[in-house]
Amino acid sequence: MASQQRPGRLFRNMSAKVASIPMILTALVVFIGGTAWTVLYSFTDSKLLPRLRFVGFDQYERLWSANRWLVSIENLAIYGVLSLIFQLVIGFMLAVLLDQKIRFENTFRTIFLYPFALSFIVTGLVWQWILNPDFGIQSVVRGLGFESFTFDPLYNADIVIYGILIAGLWQGTGLVMCLMLAGLRGIDEDIWKAARVDGIPAWKTYIQIIIPMMRPVFITTLVIITSGIVKLYDLVVAQTGGGPGLASEVPAKYVYDFMFQAQNLGQGFAASTMMLLTVAIIVVPWAYLEFGGKKRG
Amino acid sequence: MKIRSMFAALAATAAMPLTAHAVDLEVTHWWTSGGEAAAVAEFAKAFDATGNHWVDGAIAGSGGTARPIMISRITGGDPMAATQFNHGRQAEELVEAGLMRDLTDVAEAEGWADLVNPPTLLDACTLDGRIYCVPVNIHSWQWLWLSNQAFADAGVPVPANWDEFVAAAPALEAAGKIPLAVGQQPWQTSGAFDVLLVALAGPDVFRKVYGDKDAEAAAGPEIARVFQAADDARRMSANSNVQDWNQATNLVITGQAGGQIMGDWAQGEFQVAGQVAGEDYTCLPGLGVNEIISTGGDAFYFPIVDDADVTEAQGVLASVMMSPETQVAFNLKKGSLPVRGDVDLAAANDCMKKGLEILASGNVLPSVDELLSPDTTTQKNDLFVEFFNNPDMTPEDAQARFVEIIDSAD
Repeated sequence: MASQQRPGRLFRNMSAKVASIPMILTALVVFIGGTAWTVLYSFTDSKLLPRLRFVGFDQYERLWSANRWLVSIENLAIYGVLSLIFQLVIGFMLAVLLDQKIRFENTFRTIFLYPFALSFIVTGLVWQWILNPDFGIQSVVRGLGFESFTFDPLYNADIVIYGILIAGLWQGTGLVMCLMLAGLRGIDEDIWKAARVDGIPAWKTYIQIIIPMMRPVFITTLVIITSGIVKLYDLVVAQTGGGPGLASEVPAKYVYDFMFQAQNLGQGFAASTMMLLTVAIIVVPWAYLEFGGKKRG
Repeated sequence: MKIRSMFAALAATAAMPLTAHAVDLEVTHWWTSGGEAAAVAEFAKAFDATGNHWVDGAIAGSGGTARPIMISRITGGDPMAATQFNHGRQAEELVEAGLMRDLTDVAEAEGWADLVNPPTLLDACTLDGRIYCVPVNIHSWQWLWLSNQAFADAGVPVPANWDEFVAAAPALEAAGKIPLAVGQQPWQTSGAFDVLLVALAGPDVFRKVYGDKDAEAAAGPEIARVFQAADDARRMSANSNVQDWNQATNLVITGQAGGQIMGDWAQGEFQVAGQVAGEDYTCLPGLGVNEIISTGGDAFYFPIVDDADVTEAQGVLASVMMSPETQVAFNLKKGSLPVRGDVDLAAANDCMKKGLEILASGNVLPSVDELLSPDTTTQKNDLFVEFFNNPDMTPEDAQARFVEIIDSAD
């Protein structure tokens, strides 16, 4: 009888737990199982088809001595840091501007969010045309009379990654703006009134009061942006194909090319394991601080 | 849908006496440029005439894009009925894993062993004495295509070999032409290097480096000279901002570029554009230095399908592809050479006749695809696409990395 009144911890919310069994199984088998399988096979010399013939750290040695991999890592670092900063800053600024009770807010919001509805492939192709020196910005400006104007990021190995960054920002910033706008709308009007009574300037209110209050929104946004950075692949394929030369290669493309084009699964697995490791090194301590800390407090 | 069912009905009535029912075969390939599409239509026509139906599965974006799709369909359990691969080691593991239909019955019934010339083509299809693919054409890489108009505009005679071409480059540039058109896809730069290697270092060095994977030969002075020539090629192609090989060929056809190092499949593009060999364009096999061609090409593989009708039709398709009429029709459109020694290619143009002569004289090499694994090829492609796009990379550095790749090749 006692157990009926106070069911054990395990059987509380039984129906919810039963309902989540498929998802738990999926997570275990597909995510954890798939990851373990990949890591295991990254120590083999699998070619087109997986086979268990272990070669120790050979694949990793080759990976870290490949120039293409080093270029890929560098590109991802540049793209990642800059797109994180710019998406947050621009997205927040746009949200603040939209939050000034302007007219046609819905129209502007739709315009800014629209690129997010396009796939990376379409985005990449659009920006490939815009940045093409013979058809895009350069030719338009030259047509206006500035004959020596040069703007061809996709054909210049030193700055090609910034050409990709522009397209990435165009695509992703609208979503960040929407999230931020939702966060701003969640702030109580009274806080603004109180700040105004105390005579605090608006910019100071934003930086010292509103942004700290929006912490959960920033965390969510950060997670969304970061996951987009790590899987950067289709944008590069559509815009430059990794060129000119190897100048815009990224790790995810290295993984795909070696697994399927080069028919060297072992090398592709080693590269994807390195990607996983990098993400884990960044995310795990942070998640521990962020979410682990809250439980205690 | 309607057209298709009408066609099926039509084919069924026409072929009723021959076969009980028509079978749809999906055939995947990456032949999408004008000349290539015209050639593959010949296969489709010949196969449809047998009462079956060719379902075209063209995958755009050249072999590098298409092969992963094909392989993942075969290994993922959704195989097409037939698929193209380049001759050589690309499908090696698929055959070893028992995923391809054994064609030995068809091959023996028709006596392919006596027909196919050079015999190395059939060897590349053979594993443990069984035949797993149909070679359909011979493609050679070792060609330099020159635009007669570009040289006329620049006021210099059309060169007869690589050195003259390099010497004519400044005049071409002065006339506003790109001396050498090179597409940005990695395999193109890598292939151009291999052509320079065969022409300038000779077939023996080629066999040593790619056949025996001899790292010492790769580090030697002959290869150093090839890298110097590649450096020339890099300077001459600096302004070539196109992606696909046929876009680069188009620069030559329209006289905007002086020349292009490309395999004989470029011939199909000249043909589609209505150009005449010798008048509008000039071809130099072996860059005019070493008249020798490699005999790679395309082959069709037939994945094992659990359907007796399809398996039967696969055999029919294999024999159609090898038949003399199809070989002639297909190869004339494609600009490649037939795999049979016994067909008459009277309609061939000057360039193809040059190729046939070289083939007949036996100055042939195996293709790089037959010698190197896709893994090594990818590493080599990475090296050359970087070399051609990064003017700061010295030929010496590039050679050092080339030696490493050859040293670790399997």
